[in-house]
Amino acid sequence: MTRLLFFGRLRDVTGFAERDLELPRDIATIADLRAFLSASDPDLGEAIAARGVRVAVNQSFCLNDLESVCDAREIAFMPPLSGG
Amino acid sequence: MIRVVVTAEAFAPAHETACFAAARDDRCGALASFVGYCRGHTHDGVVTTLELQHYPGFTEAEIERLARQVSAKHAFTALLVIHRVGVIPAGDAIVLVAAQSAHRAAAFAAVEEMMDYLKTDAPFWKREAGPDGARWIEPTSDDYARRQEHGA
Repeated sequence: MTRLLFFGRLRDVTGFAERDLELPRDIATIADLRAFLSASDPDLGEAIAARGVRVAVNQSFCLNDLESVCDAREIAFMPPLSGG
Repeated sequence: MIRVVVTAEAFAPAHETACFAAARDDRCGALASFVGYCRGHTHDGVVTTLELQHYPGFTEAEIERLARQVSAKHAFTALLVIHRVGVIPAGDAIVLVAAQSAHRAAAFAAVEEMMDYLKTDAPFWKREAGPDGARWIEPTSDDYARRQEHGA
């Protein structure tokens, strides 16, 4: 089971903060996951493809979309950060 | 010593700064601090509340990582970061950053650099709400330019 987390404006698109799901076996990378999410919700697919959106797997930032999600317990989609 | 607190509770910056100062060790000759407040009015109009989301666990770990990055450049002896999350009414403190060092330059620099990182690199998401609705706030070009100056 993998937990997907959404923050900021992405949460407005999904309507939820997190969701647990069993990823299909053919989803091996972030790119595969993007395609999978986009197929079920094109608006979400577009929102997570927007400039500045970063992905973290198991609380570690991914450097590119080819990173593996095979051992992912938690995958977070994060729009541009703004603290302070 | 680095202490990072992310809290949904209101905090009193003067009290927290006083406690931080009281716990200083004898290497400390300087203390600098910064407080950021939720404004009730911006160039976009009236603000009633700010809502700040964070990623529990990851946000704290990232702030600690950024603080260690600051520590590698500026010789502070102690650093305190308190950041509020949740719904924050106008007028309340959002963030407190305070640093102790032997001499003033490192404390000033550490506070400034830590704040610049918090604006662009710390996992927080901020939404401003007013009478005309709510909007997500993202770092400005000025925020990114300031961060760039630190060579990160």
